[in-house]
Amino acid sequence: MELFSLFFSAVVINNVVLTKFLGMCPLLGVSRKTSSALGMGAAVVFVIFGSSVFTYILYYNVLVPLSLEYMDLITFILVIAAFVQFVELVLKKYSTVLYKALGIYLPLITTNCVVLYVTLINITEGFTFVEMVVYSLATPIGFMMVLYIFSTIRERLDYADVPNAFKGNPIALIVAAIMAGIFTSFVGLI
Amino acid sequence: MKSILNYGLNLLKENPVFGLYLGICSTLAITINLNNALGMGVSVIAILTVSNIIISLIRNITPDEIRIPVYIVVIATLVKAVELLIKAYAPAIDAALGVFIPLIVVNCIILGRAEAFASKNGVAASALDGLNMGVAYTLSLVAMSLIRQILATGIVNFTNPFTNVEVFSVTLIPSQFTIPIFSGPIGAFLTFALLAAGVSAIRNHQPKLKEAK
Repeated sequence: MELFSLFFSAVVINNVVLTKFLGMCPLLGVSRKTSSALGMGAAVVFVIFGSSVFTYILYYNVLVPLSLEYMDLITFILVIAAFVQFVELVLKKYSTVLYKALGIYLPLITTNCVVLYVTLINITEGFTFVEMVVYSLATPIGFMMVLYIFSTIRERLDYADVPNAFKGNPIALIVAAIMAGIFTSFVGLI
Repeated sequence: MKSILNYGLNLLKENPVFGLYLGICSTLAITINLNNALGMGVSVIAILTVSNIIISLIRNITPDEIRIPVYIVVIATLVKAVELLIKAYAPAIDAALGVFIPLIVVNCIILGRAEAFASKNGVAASALDGLNMGVAYTLSLVAMSLIRQILATGIVNFTNPFTNVEVFSVTLIPSQFTIPIFSGPIGAFLTFALLAAGVSAIRNHQPKLKEAK
């Protein structure tokens, strides 16, 4: 039950995009089409889960015994960069279909702040291994959900008559404001 | 006077935040009050200037294929140093900004300037560019935070982060007329959208002025 509430709160109530404002660049960048939103979302779920498990193990088995906790930031960002590169190479070699679907989004993920945020929160919140797994799956799923909803709205916005100054990103941010309003009303559900 | 005006106009048109949409995650998240905005802004100015200097110094010995990881390590080291300094000397800022200090590593402005400017230019020019971009970023943060703080609480105040002594506090709007929603996510997105629209309106307007002349 506790794990479920952790999952639910990370997906909906404390949604990483709309309440923590992370991952704004992909939200504005790849939300023009639903297909690219889903591709980016899937790639983010995969990378966040993988790099979270990796950094968690690395932190508690290497950095803590050597009392090198202050190296966390440098280690994590390198692990993320290396992991993204590694996933790209593996996909390229073994699954051309998946690579074609996710390939172009992968390099962008290194600078997606959600990834670094999740790996840091796993440590600062003192999650157990199971909690860490649940949290690092739930957060990117929440990201993917918002990205998908956002892209369906933006596809229709293309046909709307928007004032000149608001064309492009400003109107998208207005949409985000309304969505944030909807999501803040979930507070208190659990 | 005219050069100051030009500088301001350029700052507005080539603004990294409202014009190029770089580093907007932290802009949206921490601009609840002036203190946070200045704390974040000064940290970014310091990191951006020093990272531009270092990257410009090593630009000739960095192999091209692995330049991005090298830049990221340089930036992460500087961010960690700043984080530890803030934790030691300004705990109030550390408590307010929290996880957003380590997240400066993935602030696109810093990597963006390293890649676009410092890796191709000399040390002095890179330092100046870092300072310039950092100031533009800080001014954007201050603009956002002033609007949000005044509308949400009606008060503008500044507290010295090192001693926790309030430097000044001005009440502009009586508390029964404030709009608390502006300190939350809705206000953040709304303020940002309107400021970005304003900047884009000025940009759209500019070429027409030149044609008229």
